Amino acid sequence: MKPFAFSRADSLETAVEYRQAEPNSAFVAGGTTLLDLTKLDVMRPSRVIDINALPLEGIERLGDDRLRIGALVTNAELARHPAVREDYPLLARAILAGASTQVRNMATTAGNIMQRTRCPYFRDVAAACNKRQPGSGCDAIGGINRMHAVLGGSEACVAVHPSDMCVALAAIGTTLTLHGPQGEREIDFADFHRLPGTTPHLEHMLGDDELIVAITLDPPLRPLGTAYLKLRDRASYEFALASAGAMLSLDDGMIGEARLALGGVATRPWRCHEAEALLVGRRAEEAAFTQAADAALAEAQPLSHNAFKVVLARQAIVRALRDAREGHP
Amino acid sequence: MQMSLSPPDATLTVRLILNGEPVTLEVPPQAILLDVLRDQLHLGGTKKGCDHGQCGACTVHVDGRAVNACLRLAAMCEGQAITTIEGLAEKGQLHPVQEAFLVHDAYQCGYCSPGQIMSAVALLEDPEAATDDAAVRDAMSGNLCRCGAYRNIQAAIADARRHLESNAQQQGRQP
Repeated sequence: MKPFAFSRADSLETAVEYRQAEPNSAFVAGGTTLLDLTKLDVMRPSRVIDINALPLEGIERLGDDRLRIGALVTNAELARHPAVREDYPLLARAILAGASTQVRNMATTAGNIMQRTRCPYFRDVAAACNKRQPGSGCDAIGGINRMHAVLGGSEACVAVHPSDMCVALAAIGTTLTLHGPQGEREIDFADFHRLPGTTPHLEHMLGDDELIVAITLDPPLRPLGTAYLKLRDRASYEFALASAGAMLSLDDGMIGEARLALGGVATRPWRCHEAEALLVGRRAEEAAFTQAADAALAEAQPLSHNAFKVVLARQAIVRALRDAREGHP
Repeated sequence: MQMSLSPPDATLTVRLILNGEPVTLEVPPQAILLDVLRDQLHLGGTKKGCDHGQCGACTVHVDGRAVNACLRLAAMCEGQAITTIEGLAEKGQLHPVQEAFLVHDAYQCGYCSPGQIMSAVALLEDPEAATDDAAVRDAMSGNLCRCGAYRNIQAAIADARRHLESNAQQQGRQP
């Protein structure tokens, strides 16, 4: 591990000033991504800026029925908050399907959004990786790519966005509040993560001297049937091969609103708008679910070792929609 | 604006409560909590396994919550209460979870045991945690046991839960 300096930020202004003074610095909240990757020399911050003393805690219901979550709320706190369990069960289930008890106790909401890919070539400094070292190539495309993306990839990068929580945020509809030298601005979560294209090292729309301060969820759907289905190599503490988050509002068996997002198969949190449009106004039955699943994977481009993910993701969608229907009050 | 920032070789002062006692430490900025516990404070109970948050051998409690000490900077622990496996026994009496691990032979080599026990204690102290076997397995999945003592670990946790509940009931009866 390359040595780094350490500073505690006691205000948002100081945090931004530290960051501006040292372009290679990094914020630390939970540390579960940063320290893991710093030990591997994948990330090499010159300074680590501890933001845990900043007033970014708390979960509050806003007047317009949205839910505002402080950036530093841990994954564990968020998943057990009564408002989340009651109104956003998809978010609670997705979080609890991810990581371990210990990691969920450490990792924060903003940190989960900012986590890096688990691609083994990204994590190995001896391998070629355009995300870690732009222009060096991609050892995953011709290598062992069983865990890699079938949606949203490019010739430069097929690394999966690993988050479960972000699948729920994509389905629910979320606004991020960012803080920088010019004050606060908001960005739609759907626009936050970038597709890799020719620049996979650029992963999100956060400015160099900005940080996420709040995560605000759209008003909940009511009544709501919801399901998060995560398929993986072992039953717990494992990343998804394919996961599907589904939300349905039903009226006498007919689908009113539908939300669908995927994890484990795409280069960023993956909302399936076309599949949703095919569901709305249809009877909540197998035929509609299968059509939606086909539409969601229509653009899939499997690699040499992961064609099974296309089939798996389709089945995950159908089962998640079925479970969402069964769970509808 | 010219800011004066500390260099990487500047040591930092960290005050924390370690197993109930106040401790003041001088640590380098990149010192990992796990390494400080083992090498600087000579508390070797907390183990280094994968060093990347995947195996749970380094599990300690920070302000009552189970965390991976390998993914935490010592400098981030200012003012926090850290409990390690060495801090569980009281007045020479093993914690009920430690007793249960002995009784149920919940280990072979023992390397993962301190982490398993710290996770189990946190789980049993969490009033909101589900108590069925599947929920316990899921809550404990951040602790690997390469000897495969999982069944005995699960039996030990169930036994410790009964023991702690009966202790709580007895204390409730006392005037």
